Amino acid sequence: MATATSTAEIDTTTTPHKRKPLTVAKRRQYRAAYLFVLPFFVIFLAMIIVPLFYAGYLSFFKQQLVGGTSFAGFANYTRALTDPAFLSGVARMGLFLLIQVPIMLALSLFFALALDSGMVRLAKFVRLGIYIPYAVPAVVAALMWGYLYGPDFGPFAQLSDALSLPKIPFLSPHFVLFSIINVVNWEFVGYNMIIIYAALRSIPTDLYEAARVDGASEPRIAWSIKIPAVRPAIVLTIIFSVIGSFQLFNEPNLLRILAPNAINSSYTPNLYAYTLAFVNQDANYAAAIAFLLGIVIMALSYVVQLSNQRKENQS
Amino acid sequence: MTTLTTDASVDVIGGNTARINPPQKQRKSTLLTVLMLLCTLYFLFPLFWLLVASTKSNADLFSTFGLWFAHFSLIDNLKSTFTIQDGVFSRWIVNSLIYSLSSAVGATLLATAAGYAFAKYKFPGGNALFSVILGAIMIPTTALAIPTYLLFARAQLTDTYWSVILPSLVSPFGVYLMRVYAADAVDYSLIEAARVDGVGEIRIFFQVAFRLLIPGAVTVFLFSLVATWNNYFLPLIMLSTPEKFPIPVGLAQWQSTSSAGSGGQALFSTVITGSMVSVVPLILAFIFLQRFWQSGLASGGVKA
Repeated sequence: MATATSTAEIDTTTTPHKRKPLTVAKRRQYRAAYLFVLPFFVIFLAMIIVPLFYAGYLSFFKQQLVGGTSFAGFANYTRALTDPAFLSGVARMGLFLLIQVPIMLALSLFFALALDSGMVRLAKFVRLGIYIPYAVPAVVAALMWGYLYGPDFGPFAQLSDALSLPKIPFLSPHFVLFSIINVVNWEFVGYNMIIIYAALRSIPTDLYEAARVDGASEPRIAWSIKIPAVRPAIVLTIIFSVIGSFQLFNEPNLLRILAPNAINSSYTPNLYAYTLAFVNQDANYAAAIAFLLGIVIMALSYVVQLSNQRKENQS
Repeated sequence: MTTLTTDASVDVIGGNTARINPPQKQRKSTLLTVLMLLCTLYFLFPLFWLLVASTKSNADLFSTFGLWFAHFSLIDNLKSTFTIQDGVFSRWIVNSLIYSLSSAVGATLLATAAGYAFAKYKFPGGNALFSVILGAIMIPTTALAIPTYLLFARAQLTDTYWSVILPSLVSPFGVYLMRVYAADAVDYSLIEAARVDGVGEIRIFFQVAFRLLIPGAVTVFLFSLVATWNNYFLPLIMLSTPEKFPIPVGLAQWQSTSSAGSGGQALFSTVITGSMVSVVPLILAFIFLQRFWQSGLASGGVKA
């Protein structure tokens, strides 16, 4: 409407003549834009939105031994919220998150800052060496570390034997969570390092050249200038880590083969949902678990974003 | 000689201006270098172990020290890896290639077209659509895998190639990355100029914009490629025929049979050699395509 009146003011006589081609062009552009978005959106609907609603739908039903499925209301959800197997899995992932994510991000940030400071020799080799594990499939990483941890031919056990020291029980019930944390850190420290490093590289150097002239030390510059400047990248890595850790499946599922006593079928919520769906054949309850898990993850990522926005507003 | 003099002159200039403009190059720190090399060692030693272990016979794995070589039996290991169960391992490699290449090409094309539209067109509902897609980045893919499996089971799509490829075609993060990238890479004036020349919107995308979008698209391609190549959960639940497995699912199955020790279906040395073989191509790809990772991550990370 606004464009129509403004053109009308400029030239009243040609308005009907000029307006028409303009809207046709606009319409053509709209059509093109929808056409570009359409293929993605169709697949997006079919592979994300429909399964999401289907999971929600399934979670409200219940399979009975006699008479097939029946409406169950919130029964699956109340069952999940009082199910010790599910709750202990969620609690374990909370603990995992609290330990693993800070270690990983501290290491990634430190490595990125060290490489960015230009004080490290062989920087290219170091950067690639730390990043390479990201190229290793999670299954192979878990297999490899499983062997390394193993009491039979793992080098750690071999060293302990040679020095006649007690073996470290990497795969014992008490220790195995830390062993998994180590595998996950090994896989993802380099990836997060690269995200932060790339962000550091794009800070204009004159921002901290001045500080350097004033005699500020490298750690001081890192703390006061560089870290605040790469906050968005750090928040991104935190969100991805939250999403990743609550979905933990590959590493415990493979280490389970070696340590069936330490890792049970409900060790992580995802492992539990998998067991429910494919071993117990209880798709409805599995859908409720998957749905709850999704809600927990989305709520947590939202909290991370919100607290970041609040901090940004303060500064 | 010439290099010597230029070096000297650079040094002199650097020395003269040092007080006004400190040298760009930082002094190297031996302490920090040693520390970083030790850390790098931690990240590389498991791969070194894998390399060493893949050259050992199953008996030597148990009887010799893990981090050094023994009798060289890599060739025998490779032979048994590729011949066990009628050579199913080479089938898995082909499958992994099919899954990851088709998913990555598809996901990249879809994300590039959508990201370009979101960046360069203002259209009714565009912002709302984009926020929905952005919100979907938070949805855990594994939470979706089980309902997707149940839907596919109804459509009789499980245990087909499509059951792994179709869910891998959606990359909300790829759309986000391409929108950020397209916003800077394609200038409005270029699009306008093409429009004035009477070029249609679709031809503008394919003949003008696409070339400029390639570096960003390569990043999205690499992301999807690695994600699908490494994916375990989705193919694990979708597939039941071993001939359709990608490498990770196959290796995990070998691992459980070799650990169970039931009739020695697959030996540890076979699993280890298979792991080694599956890691090598990706590591090579990473080394040679480094700059794409960095540039793409920079544009996505900074503006997030």
